[in-house]
Amino acid sequence: MTLDVTLTHQFDGFACDVEFSAPAGITALFGHSGSGKTTIVNAVAGLLRPEAGRIVMDGQVLLDTAAGIDLPTARRRIGYVFQEARLFPHMTVRQNMLYGRWANRLRRDTAHEAQVIDLLGLGHLLTRLPGRLSGGESQRVALGRALLARPRMLLMDEPLAALDSARKSEILPYLERLRDDFGVPILYVSHSLSEVARLATTVVVVERGTVLRSGPAAEVLSDPEAAPSLGIREAGSILQGRLVGHSDDGLSEIAFSGGALWLPKIAANPGEDLRVRIAAGGVTLSRDEPLNTSSLNVLHGVIDTVRIGRSAGAMVRIRVGDEVILSRISARAAAQMALEAGQPIYACLASISVARSDIGQTRV
Amino acid sequence: MSGWLSPEALEAIRLSLKVALWATVLSLPAGIFVAYALARWRFPGKQLLNGLVHLPLILPPVVTGYLLLLAFGRTGLIGQPLYDWFGITLAFRWTGAVLAAAIMAFPLLVRAIRLALEAVDPKLEEAAKTLGASRLLGFATITLPLILPGVIAGAVLAFAKAMGEFGATITFVSNIPGQTQTVPSAIYAFLQVPGGEGAALQLVVISVGLALGALLLSEVLSRRVAKRISGR
Repeated sequence: MTLDVTLTHQFDGFACDVEFSAPAGITALFGHSGSGKTTIVNAVAGLLRPEAGRIVMDGQVLLDTAAGIDLPTARRRIGYVFQEARLFPHMTVRQNMLYGRWANRLRRDTAHEAQVIDLLGLGHLLTRLPGRLSGGESQRVALGRALLARPRMLLMDEPLAALDSARKSEILPYLERLRDDFGVPILYVSHSLSEVARLATTVVVVERGTVLRSGPAAEVLSDPEAAPSLGIREAGSILQGRLVGHSDDGLSEIAFSGGALWLPKIAANPGEDLRVRIAAGGVTLSRDEPLNTSSLNVLHGVIDTVRIGRSAGAMVRIRVGDEVILSRISARAAAQMALEAGQPIYACLASISVARSDIGQTRV
Repeated sequence: MSGWLSPEALEAIRLSLKVALWATVLSLPAGIFVAYALARWRFPGKQLLNGLVHLPLILPPVVTGYLLLLAFGRTGLIGQPLYDWFGITLAFRWTGAVLAAAIMAFPLLVRAIRLALEAVDPKLEEAAKTLGASRLLGFATITLPLILPGVIAGAVLAFAKAMGEFGATITFVSNIPGQTQTVPSAIYAFLQVPGGEGAALQLVVISVGLALGALLLSEVLSRRVAKRISGR
């Protein structure tokens, strides 16, 4: 399944001109507010008709302005989870959830219903009216409602932006399970790099209505050249690993292709696959093997790229096993250490520098 | 009750109820459509439409009635083809009273529905579309149920207004007992004859009661829109 999007649209004095493909998995449309992300997803949903463009899903043309094709929203079978839940206030949670099945005249599939209700933990809410739900619960119902309409694709426009951080961390695991358990491809709009790092399999970076970078998430996020547009302070790489076990002093061990990582205790079982975002600012570098250091994790690797920034910073990418790690250091340190591509290097990472919300579950 | 009210008064009440009911039922679909257009759409001439809808509220009713007579009279712009092609006459008939009452009550109907519509988030219909509902289905299943109390409130107000319509009615369809003599026309007729005050007063009491009841009911119903939208 792939979605191919090409579109041009003028609005509020600036032009949106993008072209990208979204393969299976979660494709994140990342960019700052006002960069044109919502315009793009609304065009995919058919809620907005761009001046020119062509949108093709799995060979079916949804929109082709040159050929005069514009499939109405109701017939596109694309689910949409909005920033606000937009639940129908006069219907119970159950009625909301079954609306799509009814509107699309789908046959009842109780197994699928049970699976969605179970995945989202909605069993005890079914008879409630939306006004009696919390923000997190509403957003879960909106997600379930979209899924039960059997969409061929799901659009999510900042579905977590209206929630506080506690509610966000309540929903994120559901989205991970959705990504791994249901085959529904997702186009996910976000301006939060940590959300993108945790969920996305593909990243499309949008700025002022144009696509700056796009590609597999691990590649784009750890690209020093992309760091400025992603936000230097938030830059970081993604590691895939497997939980080995927990220690008595509150740490968990993760094995990955480049060695082992000790991180603050993770709520998962040994053997589970994890995806860890390592913030570039938390990684320090050393040419010699550091001894007696407070960083529990010392990873041996090879420098891949050194990028000196325009201000005082430098971004260094290191290959460790099959993975890459980003480190953000000062340009002066990079010069003093004479860092260049190809050198062996030690990357040091304090266990506690990894936030719990930066560790997610995944199925490889 | 017949021992208390005169047959003429009873006939007037019966006719008024019939006229008001038809006027309300027939103008309801148009009222919903116009209210929706005014609340949700942007189109050229929107202000003109808004003005036209509200005109009967401001215009002297006798003017509205006279305009109706010009347009719908046997030789009128619309009345002539209506008679020639369908054999329908409105002037000086109870059906004409329905038209006059409907036009006079229309602004109240549209206002109440529009108010309810403006309280409903248009984005809900967008959500319905993404779930596979056509525009009409989305309106029928989401917006309409949410504004229903407002629609009924508007209908109740329109009904009460239609019951009491006088100026346009008497100009357009005159004051023929048993045919076009509604309650207000009957009150007027009673007051024209010496000793008719008693009979007029009975109808006055009924009119006031009806109007007050309608206002209270529509107020209660309008509040239920807000409750529905809150989803509690």
